[in-house]
Amino acid sequence: MEFAFTDEQLMIKDTAESYLSEVSTSAAIRQAMETELGYDRQQWQSVCSDLYWQAIHTPEQYGGMALGYVELVAMQEQMGRFLFCSPFFSTVCLALNSLLLAATEEQKQHYIPLLLQGKTATLAFVGSNAACFGGQWDDEAIEIVAVKNTEGFRLSGEARYVIDAASSDYLIVAAKAHRAVNLFIVPADYDGIEVEWLPTMDQTRKQGNLTFHDVQVSSSALLGGEADAQQTLTVILNLATIALAAEQMGGAQGIMDMAVEYSKERVQFGRAIAGFQAIKHKAADMMTRVEVARSGVYYAACIAEQALQAAQQGQAIDTLALQEAASICKAYCSDAYFKNTAEAMQIHGGVGFTWEYDVHLHFKRAKASEHYLGNASYHRERLAQLLLEGEAPL
Amino acid sequence: MKLEFSPEDEQFRAEVASWLEQNLTGEFEPIRYRGGPGDEHMFQEERKAWEQRMAEGGWTGIGWPKEYGGRALSIEQQVIFNEEYARAGGPGRVGHIGEGLAGPTIIAFGSDQQKQKYLPGILSGKELWCQGYSEPGAGSDLANVKTKARFDEEKQQWLINGQKVWTSLAHESDYCFVIARTDPDSVGHKGLGFFLIKMDQPGIEVRPITQITGTSEFNEVFFDDALCDADDIVGVPGDGWKVAMGLLGFERGVSTLGQQMQFQNELNEIIRIAKGNGASNDPAIRQRIAQAHMELKMMRYNSMRMLSGQASDGSLQREGLIYKLFWATWHRNLGELAMDVLGPESQILESGPYQLSRLQAMYLFVRSDTIYGGTNQIQRNIIAERGLGMPKEKR
Repeated sequence: MEFAFTDEQLMIKDTAESYLSEVSTSAAIRQAMETELGYDRQQWQSVCSDLYWQAIHTPEQYGGMALGYVELVAMQEQMGRFLFCSPFFSTVCLALNSLLLAATEEQKQHYIPLLLQGKTATLAFVGSNAACFGGQWDDEAIEIVAVKNTEGFRLSGEARYVIDAASSDYLIVAAKAHRAVNLFIVPADYDGIEVEWLPTMDQTRKQGNLTFHDVQVSSSALLGGEADAQQTLTVILNLATIALAAEQMGGAQGIMDMAVEYSKERVQFGRAIAGFQAIKHKAADMMTRVEVARSGVYYAACIAEQALQAAQQGQAIDTLALQEAASICKAYCSDAYFKNTAEAMQIHGGVGFTWEYDVHLHFKRAKASEHYLGNASYHRERLAQLLLEGEAPL
Repeated sequence: MKLEFSPEDEQFRAEVASWLEQNLTGEFEPIRYRGGPGDEHMFQEERKAWEQRMAEGGWTGIGWPKEYGGRALSIEQQVIFNEEYARAGGPGRVGHIGEGLAGPTIIAFGSDQQKQKYLPGILSGKELWCQGYSEPGAGSDLANVKTKARFDEEKQQWLINGQKVWTSLAHESDYCFVIARTDPDSVGHKGLGFFLIKMDQPGIEVRPITQITGTSEFNEVFFDDALCDADDIVGVPGDGWKVAMGLLGFERGVSTLGQQMQFQNELNEIIRIAKGNGASNDPAIRQRIAQAHMELKMMRYNSMRMLSGQASDGSLQREGLIYKLFWATWHRNLGELAMDVLGPESQILESGPYQLSRLQAMYLFVRSDTIYGGTNQIQRNIIAERGLGMPKEKR
């Protein structure tokens, strides 16, 4: 059985681990999070030119490294673990996946190399409706409307919770067209697009609000064709969800490591608090969550890889398997990451409540990631629908 | 990284499935899906006959080395066997303590004479074994065993005195492997011996324990000058703890996927009931069913990670360390979910005086999952100490 990293995958993981442990220090995170941009632009450029991470799963014909989703997920895990502030998630996991799945060949040839050269992009889809019932992340929550006209399409409406909205060079936008969902790509500085940077509780990842004031785009901005892209959007979101879950799992590991290390140093009653069962048992539960999450995330990564392979070869994607895998790992990792950060704060005691210690950085990122792309309850309900109303038993 | 088994392994899967289909039928039809946890007291004779049928088919000792009559199958094929066995509804194995614990221990630590004397009986399914570890004063603190073994120079035999508890299948077993104190002044894991003891003798009395299920799978075993031949100590006096713990290091979890197949059967039944009685419309129940499904699926991939693990020294890796805590807690939660899906009907028995349905028996029995084989609390200590390098408890 080969449900383990290959030597090459292990090497990729090790490289990411050693690079990030060096650059994504507490000081670096804090410096980045205090800016509106949210990351160090120079550093991101050097990641793009020296490490080429942004190209990890892009096929060779567009200049990518042609590795798989397992490799991408391995990177995401490490970025989450070290809370790396960068546009990797928005550009690679949201935008590049959108291009790979939805764009025409001509659009891929045009846009993908731009992103591989270091341009950034994101995906804007839901409006403030996404907050209904505690979080709804399907195409129902799309509020941008596309109206076809002689020059192409006119886009109007708002998108909210857009990751890296204010710093992206390109925007991929989901809009409701006549009886269909369509995806568009536009430069972020395009006429009529109002970009609002939003202050966020988690400062390590930026969000924004986009308002489209009757934005006229040509039909070449339409990704793919006019056919309903709702299913494609679902696949894109499921792929992004798996990548986000990987980051959450890495974060759950990172905060556990921090708490365990602290408990070994902190002395009370004449001994390290790590020796108390009350602390050990919390830590054991944290590790259990991390390891189960890891098993789930890599299973989902394999399913995601199969979906991407199928798409590339023009075959049908097993959308049910992908949806199931995405919901399983997002539901579990959302809970696991948040619980681990909450326990870590408790283990740290008073200092965990200070701005100075890094516990709150993970604590805040955990809640932010939990509520992006659907929280645990949302994904459990999606699973319940597959299990209780689905045609095919899972 | 891949999720699939190799084509050769899938070929083997077909072979197993076909053998089971041809053999687990006729006289064995009534024992399909029976004799599992909570039901181990049922169909003992039939299950013993089944064990012998398995032996004839070459399906016992599949992981044992060939020189001892095993088939030395790969980890993958052992997993597949267990998975197909559970899928086909194969009954709880009465021979599993011999095949999975006594045999491998004898192979690893026993003398040639012990190998010749005991291994064939285990492989043929004719001789059953039970495990004498826990005692009233030695539960989580297993090293605190008080049972004594004294060598009688005159008889040239060991005399065993003391009490074991939670011994499953003791009344059906031909032999028991027992850890007992050879050095009466010793404490803890020092001064213990590992003995192979014949059950059918005047010095041994077996008393069933009635559990909360109303049934008795577990027993107390009393040793009152029970005899054990001089040749039937494994290793030397003082080696007992090493021998008893030796197996834990080799455990790679080949049976876990089979166990999960049984869990899946239970979850499927719960889902069927929920759809039938409308519990599936309750948002809280929907969340819990989804959670159970999700964690079972992750458990499967956790086992696959465990089985793909690269550590060749056999030491449990992180995903292996957490496994007992995770599955036991999951299963305990499943029992509660089953009752909550059934609602008030969960309280009505199949018949009097105390005949439980499968799910009712499961609900009650799973309370023991988080206790036996290392309680959840002990598991957490082990995880924190071995997995996270936190300070060790006093032992």
